[in-house]
Amino acid sequence: MPVVEIPTEKWKGKIREVTLGGGGRKTVVVGGETTLPFLHFEGEMPNRPVIAIEIQDCEPDWTGRLVSAWGDAVKDPASWAKAAAAAGADVIALSLESAHPDNQNTGAKEAEASVKKVLDAVDLPLMVFGPYVAEKDNEVLVAAADAARGTVVALGSCEEKNFRTIVAACLASGHVAIAKTPIEINLAKQLNILITDMGLPADRILMDPTTGALGYGLEYTYSVMERLRMAGLQGDGMTGLPIMVTPGEEAWRQKEAKAADGVPEAWGKIEDRAIIWEAMTATSLLLAGADVLVMRHPKAIELVRATVDKWMAK
Amino acid sequence: MALTGLDIYKLLPKTNCKQCGQPTCLAFAMKLSQKQAELAACPHVSDQAKQALEAASRPPIRLVTVGVGDGRKIEVGNETVMCRHEKTFFHEPGYVVRIKDTAGDDEIAQTAAAIAAYGVERVGMDLRVSGVAVENASKNTAAFLKAVDLVKAAGDLSLVLMSADPAVMEAALAKSASSKPLIYAATKDNAAQMAALALKFKCPVAVCAEGLEAATALAEEVNKAGVEDIVLDPGTRGFADSLVTLTQLRRLALKKNFRPAGYPIITFPGEQASSPEEETLLAGQQVAKYAGIVVLERFDPSTIYPLLTLRQNIYTDPQKPIQMQPGIYTIGEPGTSSPVYVTTNFSLTYFSVAGEVEGSGLPSWLLVTDSEGLSVLTAWAAGKFDAEKIAKSAKTSGIADKVSHRKIIIPGHVATLRGELEDELSDWQIMVGPREAVDIPSFIKRTWN
Ligand code: B12
Ligand code: SF4
Repeated sequence: MPVVEIPTEKWKGKIREVTLGGGGRKTVVVGGETTLPFLHFEGEMPNRPVIAIEIQDCEPDWTGRLVSAWGDAVKDPASWAKAAAAAGADVIALSLESAHPDNQNTGAKEAEASVKKVLDAVDLPLMVFGPYVAEKDNEVLVAAADAARGTVVALGSCEEKNFRTIVAACLASGHVAIAKTPIEINLAKQLNILITDMGLPADRILMDPTTGALGYGLEYTYSVMERLRMAGLQGDGMTGLPIMVTPGEEAWRQKEAKAADGVPEAWGKIEDRAIIWEAMTATSLLLAGADVLVMRHPKAIELVRATVDKWMAK
Repeated sequence: MALTGLDIYKLLPKTNCKQCGQPTCLAFAMKLSQKQAELAACPHVSDQAKQALEAASRPPIRLVTVGVGDGRKIEVGNETVMCRHEKTFFHEPGYVVRIKDTAGDDEIAQTAAAIAAYGVERVGMDLRVSGVAVENASKNTAAFLKAVDLVKAAGDLSLVLMSADPAVMEAALAKSASSKPLIYAATKDNAAQMAALALKFKCPVAVCAEGLEAATALAEEVNKAGVEDIVLDPGTRGFADSLVTLTQLRRLALKKNFRPAGYPIITFPGEQASSPEEETLLAGQQVAKYAGIVVLERFDPSTIYPLLTLRQNIYTDPQKPIQMQPGIYTIGEPGTSSPVYVTTNFSLTYFSVAGEVEGSGLPSWLLVTDSEGLSVLTAWAAGKFDAEKIAKSAKTSGIADKVSHRKIIIPGHVATLRGELEDELSDWQIMVGPREAVDIPSFIKRTWN
């Protein structure tokens, strides 16, 4: 048989490693790749992609099928965090939803209490998200940063319009910033530059390039991630950072994951379809370079974990 | 791989005789490289040079067609990039479902009929399953032929014929060659006979061998026997091995112009999967990473529909979003008192809204503005869906002549445009709809009378 010479890519760059946790808690390291996802024959993928399970500090307004998958645990962030740990979370992603002005409009004090509760309940590393309203994010994330002093948590989201306060909190308390940009490689790079200019080292940034769900913009996220990852591997230090995406939130917003009735029969059974919607959004994004997945449904999480096991087995 | 002008020049006679109409061989070579001249214009070019130039102008991955049915045949190959953002992926992989000839006549007929009948509309496109792979699991010729007949009777499904026995294959081809089935498969034990069948019946053939080297070697052997339409099965059945092998094959074809790797690839994601979900996720990987034909073990709408959606996403041209002609669209047969909704001309947006408006049961007008194919929030953020644009299309579309009321419903996501719109469209009342289209039916029930 003729010997076929397999072309390999000689990347000169390496994706930075970002560490979460520590200070008496479990640590998780993400990034560190010197190749495209799971191509172990031409480079290293020293850390497996991790799954952060999303929990909220108040009962979620999620679709019934998703809420019931967690049972009574959703009533309290500590018990939800424990349930998430039992479901195999590598990281807990706490959303401070109650701070949303349309929700309970809670503030710094409640945020601090929720973060402490979750930290006490589990020994996993933490990510904390604000309600995605700039002024509120600033308020509750600064409080969260302070409450989590001593361990490294990831705080999100920093956007171009409000990154300063959150990055300052990361600097003061030793945390990691989640830098969110709307599906555009240059904007992602630019925000990383602005953040590092404030003095936060690049290995304390996770990039969130904005997630589109399967059928709802997935292809845009997918391609922007491939481009970011390739630019990083080519040696661009300001794009070569680990990537975080939110397939759980995006997939479960879509009708395909929510509607049982009044949809075409050709969509099939909602129970199966909804799980696949989240899982396939996640696995597709892993193929494009995701390092951290923020997910929601235990069954989808189990499927994605099993898939990552298979990709990581050499 | 395209040759440069200089590469071509090296293959020409270099006599500058001008018979091609160009002053020099080099000038002719430059014209050739820019595809502004035909090689035939030079009467002196050697056969050897001709072959080299033809080989270089062939696409690096051959386009192979399976089946004949309109909208159902599988045309795969001829891809030119590793990543979709580099240009686009051109030829969507076909999904086929495996049916064994041991399944029993009724089940075979029913499954085939269900596959033939299946269709789902997404973003204005009609998505279908391409066909069926009939497997000769019984090892019995009559049972195989019966199964093929049953599947053919179900409609214009594309066929993959699966048997390792050339005699069985020949009998099946004798009945079905006109529908251009894929012969699956030539192996190291039967390659010569299967290649002969492919030539005799003018059908494409898959080569199946364990691993990249064995599969490409076998493809070369079958090609030397005169077969051009080849599909590769490198035997990989898992996530990691399939990702690596299919990536390597694509690279060999595109970057090394390695001919034996320059064929579309067939995969079997369910063969070793432990659950339908695992099969579906692996099939999804293979759609994103380089499969041409994906053979599924089961037909179930709840897994097929996500796969069809993923394929549509991955194969959309990144340069141009799927978009609608701006203008007035009707849902049902609206009259002068029907609601008017405004949205953008991104197809995904339009169809999400149109579906829900239809679901509301109230015939309606949809005013689709020109937002250059962007979704509501994207267009708003990019300044392509603002009060001025909306007002302009309300004024120029002629909607005012179609309704007697003066109410217009805008997407909830752009509620902030209300004030400005009230200024721009002073004789209209601006109603802010819900954020998500799903909530349109309950919204309109509440607010429209
Ligand atoms: C895919 C995407 C893109 C794609 C474009 C896709 C396209 N063809 O539109 C790309 C990558 C090109 C892109 C670019 C940009 N994007 Co963009 N993008 C998205 C993304 C991921 C999904 C959008 C989508 O397709 N949604 C699905 C469609 C169907 O939703 P929709 O049109 O809103 O329709 C729904 C509702 O509005 C409702 N609806 C629609 N019409 C109507 C009508 C009525 C009457 C009613 C009642 C309801 C209704 O029904 C639909 C279903 O519920 C979102 C984030 C997200 N996850 O949602 C960001 C997002 C929309 N983008 C955003 C931005 C800022 C941009 C850019 C400006 C970034 C930049 N500076 O470059 C550019 C602008 C583009 C340009 N300059 O050309 C922001 C907008 C922020 C904001 N709130 O203003 C978002 C929200 C991301 C974010 N969180 O920052 N984007
Ligand atoms: S006809 Fe052929 S040999 Fe003569 S100048 Fe043209 S390319 Fe050269």
